[in-house]
Amino acid sequence: MQMSGAQMVCEAIIAEGVKTVFGYPGGAIMHVYDEIYKQEGFEHILNRHEQASVHAADGYARATGEVGVAMVTSGPGFTNAVTGLATAYMDSIPMVVISGQVPLALIGTDGFQEIDAVGISRPCTKHNFLVRSLEELPRVLKEAFYIARSGRPGPVLVDIPKDITVDIGEFVYPDSVDIPTYKPTYKGNKKQIEKAVEAMKKAKKPLLYIGGGVVLSDASDLVRELALKTQMPAVETLMARGVLGAKNPLLLGMLGMHGNYASNMAMSETDLVISLGARFDDRVTGKLSEFAKYADIIHVDIDAANIGKLVDVDYPIVGDVSEVLEAMLPQLDGIDTDRFQAWREILKRYDELHPQSYVDSDEVIKPQWAIERIGELVGENAIITSDVGQHQMWAAQHYPFDRPRQWINSGGLGTMGFGFPAALGAKKAFPDKTVINVTGDGSILMNMQELVTAAEYKIPVINLILNNHFLGMVRQWQTFFYEKRYSETDLTFQPNWKALAEACGGIGYDVTTKEEFDAAVKDAIAQDKVCFMNVAVNRFEDVLPMVPSGGALFNMMLPQKGEK
Amino acid sequence: MNERRVISVIVLNESSVLARVTALFAGRGYNIESLTVAPIPNSEMSHITIATNGSAKVMEQITKQLHKLIPVYKVIEHEEMVEKEMVLAKFPITEHLSDIGALCAAYNGGIVNVGKEMIIAMVADEPLRIQHFIEAADRYNPYEMVRSGVVAIER
Repeated sequence: MQMSGAQMVCEAIIAEGVKTVFGYPGGAIMHVYDEIYKQEGFEHILNRHEQASVHAADGYARATGEVGVAMVTSGPGFTNAVTGLATAYMDSIPMVVISGQVPLALIGTDGFQEIDAVGISRPCTKHNFLVRSLEELPRVLKEAFYIARSGRPGPVLVDIPKDITVDIGEFVYPDSVDIPTYKPTYKGNKKQIEKAVEAMKKAKKPLLYIGGGVVLSDASDLVRELALKTQMPAVETLMARGVLGAKNPLLLGMLGMHGNYASNMAMSETDLVISLGARFDDRVTGKLSEFAKYADIIHVDIDAANIGKLVDVDYPIVGDVSEVLEAMLPQLDGIDTDRFQAWREILKRYDELHPQSYVDSDEVIKPQWAIERIGELVGENAIITSDVGQHQMWAAQHYPFDRPRQWINSGGLGTMGFGFPAALGAKKAFPDKTVINVTGDGSILMNMQELVTAAEYKIPVINLILNNHFLGMVRQWQTFFYEKRYSETDLTFQPNWKALAEACGGIGYDVTTKEEFDAAVKDAIAQDKVCFMNVAVNRFEDVLPMVPSGGALFNMMLPQKGEK
Repeated sequence: MNERRVISVIVLNESSVLARVTALFAGRGYNIESLTVAPIPNSEMSHITIATNGSAKVMEQITKQLHKLIPVYKVIEHEEMVEKEMVLAKFPITEHLSDIGALCAAYNGGIVNVGKEMIIAMVADEPLRIQHFIEAADRYNPYEMVRSGVVAIER
């Protein structure tokens, strides 16, 4: 069929089954927007900033597991999208970003709104394309979606010069992709899997170390089966919250810098780490030379480069964690689970000794209480997104996540401003679920223009602002490590949150007591409108436990013992 | 324990592929001692030869990270590579032509061009011997020397 390049872009998006595209028009991408106007295959959401468009597509992808799509124009449109690309890249999120570019003949002339998009995005995309002819456009689009979702997923940029979107040519969307230089490994090596199984049977203190790759691979059910079958205790990374479910008796909690005592001690004392889709990030390991010092390590990862990058691995298995577990599980039939009983007892005692706790108050709302309360009020039916900082860690520690893709946050890049637009993406994908962005008074302002987007498109997400009038995480470090010199972290000067939300077509709540909190949450769910819920919380609350940066995982600063 | 290594990278011969490879080295803090690139005859591929150095762990990461790049077909990191490098050198015409000719002959080369003002010589040899040549050639007051960088092939 004959059509323009702009039409081809729309046809490809429809062919890929994408229902919602997030974006922002501009000069170089106008022909594509003209075709968007004419088509009915997908909905387009106009965010009020390109960064938000990319985060929204990212949130959509994280909530569904499908490829998210964002569209931006050249120059500043693209550069605004870079943080979104980097965020998705660090967390391996499948995404295709389509950017306009100046016409081919103008490339390299410093044209209006020209910037070298593929050059800038090279280190923060899985792959990128500058389309050089109309003939290659269908193939490039097909490859972009394929590369984004296959292997270790990631964002792909397709930069399209304006004249190519005008040109008319034959469109045949390829059925399949053949890139001779790109063949991801899915199946784990059989011998290696057998060896790993033997090690699992011989271990005395094994530990399942579960990472975000399990979520990406949709392997949570298999991991639950593995835990059940082997009765091995497990820890989750920040990106894996929800994989085992909060009620799972084998789950010790989250490990790492703000992991709980039992999780970090388990990692410090285990004799066999079974790493599934985790990448030994520095926020997880603490001081590397002390990390899992007594353990052999089984490392299952679809990205060979992750294996042996930071820690030496005894049983490397390159492959998709789902396929590896499918091969592994039958071999574990009849494994002696009593063998690990003593180990489970030790860890249980650790957890009783220092449970994940905080001291509640009747005077002021504690942020941890707010998270737990939200969990009680909306629990399973909610999707929780977050920004970056203390609130993010409290949400990860205290929310009762019980399924994968329920928890959406920027773990690798740590992008403030991610949560609100990501919540819009998640809510578009799951309109029946309550979507709550747990945020802080710092982070929320970084994409607050999305109030307008949410109000216009009636995307009722709840922004739960845990307001401590500080850039809380930096303030915490200043308290601990900089002798309380609160350099540029005091946010005493604040907007009128309620008025701000209302000015943009949303609603606002100012909450200072537990009673008000419950009432506001119930009202916000009933209202079906975007809201800012400004919750005044204890100013100097710290996120604990804490492993100081570069310290050994077992050297934790612990909370005071509380009732909770 | 930093070791010098030569890595061969076979890539799709498409635009910006070299930028992807060099950006990876820059972005991840790996060294490039020399780099050569040319198309492989009768194919859609190019051959990049990179001389680099680093610990065994770094070498492993370089190899794996290179392999992750979508247009990279193959990464060959081999202990036994036959390596050659070429040098072009420009000497003043006042130097002894026969001495320079003899020196170059000892390093698989010779005089390739003589003009009114200067003598241009070429040698091609293993990297260590190239170093020796450069030291030896110094006494003939070269105006300029251009090294090609290493090309290598697996034994």
